[in-house]
Amino acid sequence: MQKEAAIRQPLILGDNVTCKKISDDIIKPIEGKAPRSWYIAFSIAAVMFLWGIGCLAYTVGVGIGTWGSNNGVDWAWDITNFVWWIGIGHAGTLISAVLLLFRQKWRMAINRSAEAMTIFAVMCAAIFVVLHTGRPWLDYWLFPLPNAFGSLWPNFNSPLLWDVFAVSTYFTVSLVFWYIGLIPDFAMIRDRMVKPGMKKFYKILSFGWSGRVKDWNRFEEVSLVLAGLSTPLVFSVHSIVSMDFATSILPGWHTTIFPPYFVAGAIFSGFAMVQTLLLIMRKVFRLEHYITIKHIEYMNIVIIVTGSMVGVAYLSELFISWYSGVEYEAYAFLNRATGPYMIAYYAMMTCNVISPQLFWFKKIRTNLHLTFILSIVVNIGMWFERFVIIVPTLCRTFIPSTWNMYSPTFVDVGIFIGTIGMFFTFFLLFARFFPVIAQAELKTILKSSSEQAHKQSTSGGHH
Amino acid sequence: MGNNTKYWKSLDELNETPEFLANKANEFPEPLPSEVFGIESNENSGTNRRDFLKFLGFGIGAAALASCEAPVNKTIPYLVKPEEITPGVANWYASTFSDGYDYCSVLVKTREGRPIKIEGNPLSKITQGGVNARVQGSVLSLYDSNRLRGAVNGKDSSAVSWEDLDKSVVAGLEKAAAEGKTIAILSSTILSPSTHKVIASFAAKYPTTKHVSYDAVSQAAIPEANLKSFGKKVTPSYDFSKAKVIVSFGADFLVNWLSPVEFSKQYSQTRKVSKEKPEMSKHVHFESLLSVTGANADYRFPVQPSLMGSALVQLYNALTGGSLPSGNKVHEEGIKKTADWLNANKGNALVVCGLNDVNAQMIVNEINKHLNSYGSTINLDTPLMTRQGNDMALEALVNEMKEGKVGALITYNCNPAYNTSSMLGFVAAMGKVGLKVSFSGTLNETASQCDFVAPDHHYLESWNDAMPKAGHLSLSQPAIAPLFKTRAAQDSLLRWSGSNSDYQSFLKNVWATEFFPRQSAYADALTFWNKSLHDGVAEISSGTVPAVEKAPAPKAKDAPAPESGSADLSSVASALTSVKGGEFEIVLYEKAAVGDGSSTGHNPWLLEFPDPISKVSWANYITMNPEDMRAKGFGLLERQERIGSKTKLTLGSYTFENDIPVFPLPGQARGTIGLALGYGLKGSKAATHADGVNAFPIVQWVNGMAQYYAAGASVAGETGEFEFACTQQQHTMMGRKIVNETDLQTYKEKAPYDPTTKTGWNIPTLVPTITKDGSHAPKSPDEVTLWDEHPKPGHFWSMAIDLNSCTGCGSCVISCHAENNVPVVGKDQVAKTRDMHWLRIDRYFSSPMNKEKGKAEGLGKVQTYLEMEFPATDNPKVVFQPMMCQHCDNAPCETVCPVLATNHSMEGLNVMTYNRCIGTRYCANNCPFKVRRFNWFNYTGKEKFADLNPTHESNELERMVLNPDVVVRTRGVMEKCSMCIQRIQEGKLEAKKAGTKVEDGKIQTACAQSCPTDAITFGDLHDENSAVAKLYKDERMYKVLDDIGIQPTVFYLTKVRNDEGEVKI
Repeated sequence: MQKEAAIRQPLILGDNVTCKKISDDIIKPIEGKAPRSWYIAFSIAAVMFLWGIGCLAYTVGVGIGTWGSNNGVDWAWDITNFVWWIGIGHAGTLISAVLLLFRQKWRMAINRSAEAMTIFAVMCAAIFVVLHTGRPWLDYWLFPLPNAFGSLWPNFNSPLLWDVFAVSTYFTVSLVFWYIGLIPDFAMIRDRMVKPGMKKFYKILSFGWSGRVKDWNRFEEVSLVLAGLSTPLVFSVHSIVSMDFATSILPGWHTTIFPPYFVAGAIFSGFAMVQTLLLIMRKVFRLEHYITIKHIEYMNIVIIVTGSMVGVAYLSELFISWYSGVEYEAYAFLNRATGPYMIAYYAMMTCNVISPQLFWFKKIRTNLHLTFILSIVVNIGMWFERFVIIVPTLCRTFIPSTWNMYSPTFVDVGIFIGTIGMFFTFFLLFARFFPVIAQAELKTILKSSSEQAHKQSTSGGHH
Repeated sequence: MGNNTKYWKSLDELNETPEFLANKANEFPEPLPSEVFGIESNENSGTNRRDFLKFLGFGIGAAALASCEAPVNKTIPYLVKPEEITPGVANWYASTFSDGYDYCSVLVKTREGRPIKIEGNPLSKITQGGVNARVQGSVLSLYDSNRLRGAVNGKDSSAVSWEDLDKSVVAGLEKAAAEGKTIAILSSTILSPSTHKVIASFAAKYPTTKHVSYDAVSQAAIPEANLKSFGKKVTPSYDFSKAKVIVSFGADFLVNWLSPVEFSKQYSQTRKVSKEKPEMSKHVHFESLLSVTGANADYRFPVQPSLMGSALVQLYNALTGGSLPSGNKVHEEGIKKTADWLNANKGNALVVCGLNDVNAQMIVNEINKHLNSYGSTINLDTPLMTRQGNDMALEALVNEMKEGKVGALITYNCNPAYNTSSMLGFVAAMGKVGLKVSFSGTLNETASQCDFVAPDHHYLESWNDAMPKAGHLSLSQPAIAPLFKTRAAQDSLLRWSGSNSDYQSFLKNVWATEFFPRQSAYADALTFWNKSLHDGVAEISSGTVPAVEKAPAPKAKDAPAPESGSADLSSVASALTSVKGGEFEIVLYEKAAVGDGSSTGHNPWLLEFPDPISKVSWANYITMNPEDMRAKGFGLLERQERIGSKTKLTLGSYTFENDIPVFPLPGQARGTIGLALGYGLKGSKAATHADGVNAFPIVQWVNGMAQYYAAGASVAGETGEFEFACTQQQHTMMGRKIVNETDLQTYKEKAPYDPTTKTGWNIPTLVPTITKDGSHAPKSPDEVTLWDEHPKPGHFWSMAIDLNSCTGCGSCVISCHAENNVPVVGKDQVAKTRDMHWLRIDRYFSSPMNKEKGKAEGLGKVQTYLEMEFPATDNPKVVFQPMMCQHCDNAPCETVCPVLATNHSMEGLNVMTYNRCIGTRYCANNCPFKVRRFNWFNYTGKEKFADLNPTHESNELERMVLNPDVVVRTRGVMEKCSMCIQRIQEGKLEAKKAGTKVEDGKIQTACAQSCPTDAITFGDLHDENSAVAKLYKDERMYKVLDDIGIQPTVFYLTKVRNDEGEVKI
């Protein structure tokens, strides 16, 4: 058990929160019947998901000509969405791994859902990686597999290949990390389940967890090792994603600032998405004791910090493009700000740079409604950031004769909607059947628990 | 007793030996022969019957799965191999393209008996190995699925046997002859002397025969004017190569006028500059629209068509000091300067005029007379035979038809129901003709009104000859047996005139009896014939010009002036300068790829080819000056907008049924509307897809001459929207050094680069670097590369593109299309910037704004850049730049491909491995030139593209045009210029077989071969004596975007304009 400073506010609020109450609260949505709102939300998400599947099937069947991309803007919504989702997928691992290493206890209330969000977001991103190619059925050529083509290897110089490795590693490690954390919680549910079917289900999931000291010992060690493994991944994934752009020669892409700027942006959007989800979840599942205003405020502070980093990156990009004196470079940024896609640029600037600055006011950052709205605004802004980096850059490159415009088709939009649908479908299933808070960990920071237990036992002795 | 009887099969069973007992349970006690499995014994192998069934099941399953993947392609070997065909080796035949509009001596490449590519015949003294886009495209029309499969009844298109057709036609002809009615043969200009003879022999059988030829785009005024000026009814031959000053009044001589390939070759000779020959011609162009030729001019003056005559007369006055009535003043300073230049170059000057107006041509004749052009740049004694149509004769014939005096009408190689003026009323007049026969190969507008269609061969299937210029002969030979049951028109005429001869022997006979005696190089007729057949061309003494038709008896109302050289110039000039203008004057023109549409309007290659000036494909549209459009409130397509306006166009009483899109064209004279001819054909899927209006009905008929402009046009406001399939949407260069240009004086006098002042006309790209001691040392980007150089132990293929010679005509684009099996993708895909052209021609207009000006005016960067996006509206300078894969040594596409599908070859090429490509499109994003083309759909399999794309698998006929050396790409794969690697390979193999080195010039890429101005030079940079290596050292050499360190292998030569000194317009 960790030692908490006595002057700190407790991370779990409420006077009579006990270990049992935590277990009760967390298991309630699993044992009980889902509310109507869950069914409504799930149906909407599932329909969106199905619509996306339809659009994807159409794309695979006919070709990516169904998208709006063209022979000048070869990447558009596909890669925009990919980077967006990968960015969202950053908060989970950051919260669970980096904050674990830094012993930030407040993460315990939110890391489970943040990690789930990471997994689902990376799955959404993977859809774009896999299906943006012209011949997705040959995507396995991206892996260095032994083959019958002679000694034919992928091109290790290509950032796209680094991307494949980075994303697949990140996904694997995040999944394992998440699952390891879930084991004691599954075991808890298993032990409480009455329905034999469900009991069996959680029995399988809990991998025979017995709660012995040996189990806990190993659990802690594995968590620490995985946290150590994941931490560099948090920074590497988005750095490598940014290298898809940074290592190219296009003005507007070819910038050394991209790796840190992308990582900051990813954490920024990831936290915003965590906010969006948790604000709903704490309300619906009545988890206000565990996910407190303190948590919301901490996350908002992370959002101000990363949002400001992103803002500084935007401004230094503009400065450097002017300072470089390179014609193409200077024009590329001028074009973003004044060209035909300037609306996207200003949407990005407003949502990402200006709106998070509102969190400097304590009133705003502790206001749940405003936080919710701003968290969505931030993610809209981050989508536009990726769009601004990709589309207006490709629309106007070196040779003016090739300048053209891009507009998405219904398939582009449909696939994006589909991934949002998929994300929420999975998340809602997660909220319904998985422990949404790492209760085993949470119990370790229950400041009042031993005192209360003592009180209860002594008062019980009087009778 | 019986119960104890024991039956046994073997002694072992009887004795129950241990082996027997052990094997008892086995189905096969003896080991099976199992060599098939390669296993020694059955017991040990574990392979039993069940395993066998598993193998069988797997085998069938695998085979079934595998068969899903690979389609079955049938290859049928020759049972008896034709002597001259070796599979895999191309045969070349010399032939002649002549469709009444273009003439070109060509070489036809055939593979396994199929013509697949047209190239220029370098032996021709006229076209000199040049080909234009239309001739390049003609090979595809051979495999046009709209061609008639045999003779048909025109009206219900039911098949009819040739015997029945012959019987009916002969009966009809005899009836017409008996009634004394005219039998008219209506054709476009026939260049073939033998065909003229066939017609003569037909006329001998039917004495009432009258042969009338007309041209869809007529130049009949030239011979008429020469008749008046010189008493010779001829079109002279022109020699642009001798001209130091060229002045054109609306003659688009580089792509359309009279003999464009010949003129392009001649013109380019005067435009090539080098340190050895630092001189070039000065080209002044007066025109209403912006034509390809006008875009190449050093000085260009937009003139409304109604003022064109005035401009001509004013030039005449300025030249001679004369005082002919000259109308309103036009470009005073420009005309004065032009006159000065012309007068300073008497004897080396040439003035040409594209107006089909006898008066205008007579003034031009006077100007040329004054300039002593006759005998130097113009030759009346070697007349040009193209465009010999006679407008007056056509009008007379139509009048005769209307009066019911024509008993039979035979149309050959023309489509009068489509391409004659509505003022003539041809279609209505056709109804009064007894027998109507067409030789059309397709059921076109005219043929479908005829009683019989006797389809002619395609030119690649037929024997023919041509005399494009007196004394210059050219021969056509079949490169393939007729695909369908067609018959040469000449054979039909011979048969109907009762001759037993076939055209091939007729032709041979004409050559032996007529032409053989007029040459002295060959001693016997057979050698002469064989040599001519081999070369495709022959030179004979020009002699008397055969078959110049006599002028028809003039009618009272348009009686021409008396035939003398001393026409009353004053009245000519006043007639010319009193042309009335109007708010909008409409000008009809021809496009570089479609021409008059006769043999091109159905050709998907040519319809997808973007117009060199507007860069719009697949549409016919009105062009207007952007300022006029702004005033009318039309969409201006600015800043990469694709959606423009449609409007209603009315001319006098004629209103076009369909709304016509409007496209802004800077440089077009204000108050003019341009509309292209050659669109709006019916019948083919390609023409339907193009969906353009037919402008021929509004051709004006003035004084018995077709006139291609008219005053009094009006356009309504915007009536709808139209999405333009435009391949280039940004029209200025934004102050970037994409095309480097200078003027002649600077080129001659100044060094390309002066390092002390850091100025010059070809400033090399230098990267700022700093040395250890802190001094600045700018270096070439090649020296500061991070990459190791690719080893190039052998050849180093490279290409030079001379921007001074390139006229932007687009022959190379179609040549590339044909050579490399590039798919046609159609209007909506082009509109999405998904055209597949491996080679494109970028066209840039100049902008009135530049950075210096913006700074001086204190505009600020944003505003300056914004204004730089817009071209000058009234008279922009134009440059063309062919752009294809630059085969960068440090190719940015290569490093980013995750699967190594694009690589560098050992010969300096950037090569694509199509079947390794998975289509991430990263390479295309990282390509600074944007020359990579992605297969967004299965262009060869998707139903949608079946109508247009000749490479589509359902078009079995069209697919015969495919080059078997180049693979057809599949969906999801990136493609791009390979520098015709198949040709490089072939050339290397040829050299290897011959045991020699690859000779410079032996290997030609398709684009370089077809260029009529020799602007593209391909070769080996490692061969010091190669043409390309020499050009590499030229002072004009520069590489596009070399400042980003990509080291392009393709390089350009600076454009030089002969335009020192501004002239106010």
